[in-house]
Amino acid sequence: MTRPTVDIRPTTQPPLPPSRPLTHFFTRPQVIALAAVLLVNWILFPGFFTITWQDGRFFGSLIDVLNRGAPVAILAIGMTMVIATKGVDLSVGAVMAISGAVAAVMVSSGYPAWIAVLAALGTGLICGLWNGILVTVLEIQPIIATLVLMVAGRGLAQLVTEGYIVTFSDPVLIFIGTGSFLGFPMPVVIAAVMMIAATLIVRRTALGLLIEAVGVNRSAARFAGLSAGALLLIVYTFAGLCAAISGLIVAGDIRGADANNAGLWLELDAILAVVIGGTSLMGGRFSIPMAVLGAMIIQAMNTGILISGFSPQFNLVVKSAVIIVILVMQSPLSAQLFRRRTPPGASK
Amino acid sequence: MNVFKTLALGAGLSGLLLSAAYAEGLQGKVIGFSQIGSESGWRAAETSVTKQVAAELGIDLKFADAQQKQENQIKAIRGFIAQGVDAILVAPVVATGWEEVLTEAKEANIPVVLLDRGIEGPEDLYLTSVASDQVKEGRVAGEWLVGAVGDKQCNVVELQGTVGSSPAINRKQGFEEALAGKANLTITRSQTGDFTRSKGKEVMEGFIKAEDGGKNICAVYAHNDDMAVGAIQAIKDAGLKPGTDILVVSIDAVPDIFAAMVAGEANATVELTPNMAGPAFAALDAYLNNGTVPEKFIITESKLYTPADDPQGEYDRRKGLGY
Amino acid sequence: MSEPAARPVLEARGIVKIFGQHRALDTVDFTANAGEVHALLGENGAGKSTLIKILTGAYQPDGGELLLDGQPISLRDPLHGQGYGIGTVYQEVNLLPNRSVAENLFLGRQPTRFGLVDRKKIDAQARELLSRYGLDIDVRAELSEYSVAVQQIVAIARAVELSGKVLVLDEPTASLDRNEVQRLFEVVRGLKANGLAIIFITHFLDQVFDLADRVTILRNGRKVASQALDTLNTTDVVRMMLGKDVAFEHHPTALAGATRGQVRVAFKGLNRKGLLPFDLTVHEGEVVGVAGLLGSGRTEVARLMFGVDGSDGGQILVDGQPVTIRNPAQAVAAGFGFCPEDRKIDGIFGDLSVRENIIIALQAKLGWFKALNREDQVELAGRYAEALDIRAANHDMPVKLLSGGNQQKVILARWLAIDPTFLILDEPTRGIDVGAHAEIVRTINRLREEGLALFVISSELDEVVAYSNRVVVMRDREMVAELDGDAIAPDAIVQAIAGTPQEARS
Repeated sequence: MTRPTVDIRPTTQPPLPPSRPLTHFFTRPQVIALAAVLLVNWILFPGFFTITWQDGRFFGSLIDVLNRGAPVAILAIGMTMVIATKGVDLSVGAVMAISGAVAAVMVSSGYPAWIAVLAALGTGLICGLWNGILVTVLEIQPIIATLVLMVAGRGLAQLVTEGYIVTFSDPVLIFIGTGSFLGFPMPVVIAAVMMIAATLIVRRTALGLLIEAVGVNRSAARFAGLSAGALLLIVYTFAGLCAAISGLIVAGDIRGADANNAGLWLELDAILAVVIGGTSLMGGRFSIPMAVLGAMIIQAMNTGILISGFSPQFNLVVKSAVIIVILVMQSPLSAQLFRRRTPPGASK
Repeated sequence: MNVFKTLALGAGLSGLLLSAAYAEGLQGKVIGFSQIGSESGWRAAETSVTKQVAAELGIDLKFADAQQKQENQIKAIRGFIAQGVDAILVAPVVATGWEEVLTEAKEANIPVVLLDRGIEGPEDLYLTSVASDQVKEGRVAGEWLVGAVGDKQCNVVELQGTVGSSPAINRKQGFEEALAGKANLTITRSQTGDFTRSKGKEVMEGFIKAEDGGKNICAVYAHNDDMAVGAIQAIKDAGLKPGTDILVVSIDAVPDIFAAMVAGEANATVELTPNMAGPAFAALDAYLNNGTVPEKFIITESKLYTPADDPQGEYDRRKGLGY
Repeated sequence: MSEPAARPVLEARGIVKIFGQHRALDTVDFTANAGEVHALLGENGAGKSTLIKILTGAYQPDGGELLLDGQPISLRDPLHGQGYGIGTVYQEVNLLPNRSVAENLFLGRQPTRFGLVDRKKIDAQARELLSRYGLDIDVRAELSEYSVAVQQIVAIARAVELSGKVLVLDEPTASLDRNEVQRLFEVVRGLKANGLAIIFITHFLDQVFDLADRVTILRNGRKVASQALDTLNTTDVVRMMLGKDVAFEHHPTALAGATRGQVRVAFKGLNRKGLLPFDLTVHEGEVVGVAGLLGSGRTEVARLMFGVDGSDGGQILVDGQPVTIRNPAQAVAAGFGFCPEDRKIDGIFGDLSVRENIIIALQAKLGWFKALNREDQVELAGRYAEALDIRAANHDMPVKLLSGGNQQKVILARWLAIDPTFLILDEPTRGIDVGAHAEIVRTINRLREEGLALFVISSELDEVVAYSNRVVVMRDREMVAELDGDAIAPDAIVQAIAGTPQEARS
């Protein structure tokens, strides 16, 4: 096979663009928003940043933010990739309930914890695969395809638990929800590991680029020889796995599987986290760490409202107001305004 | 009135035989029951208790699960009317939109008893309604706390139910009524835990951080037991002893709170009885057999349980009811 | 060609329309006369639909003027145009399928009595109106109960009632059968006799000769000709549509056979529903050009070869070995590349960078786990961007910011990066500034010299002639002729397309 060498002159390659300076990170709207929310929390409650060492673990409001934000952060990791393909997964909250229910029922009927954990993760994979098949093989719109499991999933979870809150005292499951490693709560450790692993996997392999390509233009992806179907299957299955992990954490946290309430509406928090993280619902460019940051912004707000002493009637109003501000900060319009106000040359 | 009051009092699970004695007359009667669904453990328990009581009384109970939809309930009621049942029990999913179908029942001369929730509309559309008094539940919980604390200074934190829901509003109101005028008892923090364990735990964690590691909290009042169970875990995680360092009082009397009482981690709960059907059947018995028209509103008892009330026994009794 | 009776109704003078950097219409004149059917012809992208949208008010021109009965007008939107008497009927019937025929006819201007819609009056008027079009149907029935032809006539009746001066028919026959077409044409002839000016857009040449009095032909946004049809034959029209003013020199002797190597790919009896089986071989260092009008099946052949559409039968051989191609991924694995006709929809990843757009097919071919690292990507993109002279400020900018010509070169670069055995180009110069055409043609020639096997579809005859060793002519979803060597000339191709048999079988 002769390669068409196409008239190759010694190429003058453009230099590699310099890696982004750290200041770039700190001027991102998400980072500024998180800093602002934390600052407000500190003003409302001066002990907010106090972290103490107690019973072999860190203890403090900041740790609470990380710990309570972890389930949504893990959901957001999977959701980021789904949204990058121009899809959405509404079922993750229900999948959390199912996987938690499976684990709880299995340990309470005497199976060893590791089998229960594997079964719960397997359940999540199957749920994700189901969504993926509906989206790729049957070509149902993602919002409708995953709505099926969102609605039916909670019913499935109730079938598994037979309507009870199934409580357990299995030390392994409880450790997943409430244990600690190197002083950090397990949910935080798990979320951090997931975030780093997922980021490495998508960025060190070609998956990230191919997922973005499918999200930007699925038709062009097909013409360029990408197997869009296989990618979508993987992405939805991974989102199901993430949901199962979150489900285990939430069940372990309360030592029981609450089929009615576990993960309720968390799919919306996860979508919000992804959007705050700058991934467009129109698909394409995505960032997993930024979505995790988005989950932390949401949780920092929740924790702030809890300790602020505001009457709970204000919760949703405060939350939505802050979210609107963050989204406006990210909008192309405000980016333009910012640029215009920056004196020429100041940005370089 | 007294008869029914007594019945209601005795209609706890321990009182089933008592009601059976009164209700011999329902043997073989056909009664339709349109249940909302099974959205909570309590609801599931209400269903199983109703079926159990009906079986003991020899009632032929026609059960219809509406899966949270009013149209299903209306359909079920029309079905009961068409079958010519002797009476109908309805746990209405919403408060409005019942006039037409209940008028049909009235015209067919079938008495209707509302369970657990009320409706808006003319009172003559139904025979009676059996429900708990949510304000009273809150008051009983508050009165227990007032008694338990005595003259000691005590900061109370409150875990509310879902914002805007009627149990949250009423249980808060009743509790505040009980605490009114007690200068040593103040509610220092109040947030919603959405009636769930995980939110109950999360909110309690926040309260503990905000109140000097929990040292400034003397008691937690939760609008339901599930949130209390979550709060107990948060208290333990913070290195404190629930039930001792922080008193725990809540409402509902689900099995798990009795398990906590056995472990010494919960102090009191107020029962929302799942046996709404017992008083309803008694009223129907009197009405169908003797023509006695019952009170329009039958209020179930709001019984207080503490570790002195055989929590292990209560736990065992309730465990199989579907909570 | 003087026609003393002709009275201009709607006139467009020197119309210019620019989209971004692209001149969709360049100083185009157009005149619709009373009592005349005026056909508007041109290939995809020639500017037909842009011109129609300007005539009806959907677009505003960037230059030139519109005159109605000699008076300059400026149209804000189609409704405004309707007010001036300019009505349009589209290929897809633009009415409400679940309302009655009568309601559709009078929607928005119902006769009322005491402020209420007078249904009886509507129905009576509708019956009366449709009888003039030779339709005797139940006007109270839902529109969707009738055939597309009847719906089309209802749409025409409504447009004529509303407007009454100019009627634009935008591909009205695309979904009609032969009898329905005749019925529609009778209606149109009747309207013409009543003095309406009718503008007729289609890509069926026989219908143009059947119905129209006059034709205007557009190519690349310019008017090629505007003249009475009785002075023209099919060949003339095809020639004008595809262009024969040879801007590129053809070197048949240089191309014929000399550099052509072994057979690279062979398609044997490949077919699919609606496309007759075809045999075709393409050699190393050979360009096979494809000529044919829109709808002749040329794009379908390309899609079939690349596995975009599945085949119903036939065989594909690459270097003598049979390969299975059921989807584009398999085609890419076999070393095929495909630059699709609609670059925006099927080609570019607008939000991804130039670099990523260039390496994406190679990356897809390598698989998920053999990721090209950043250095490889930069090197590859740099190499092919330079080879193809892609002009971009940097390779990290989104490809959507490039001009059409540069985007096309990015897609070419994408395929060169996989070291292809066979490259399919569908209308490589479509939507590209005319100035950049020559550059694309040069690139195609160079790729051939490098030994690539190419299959190039184009409606630009002069371009086809300039780079093809062989030309396959398609008509009615069939390969009807193959021209080789010296036989490749615009006139011969035009005759083959027009279907003059004795000359086509050369």
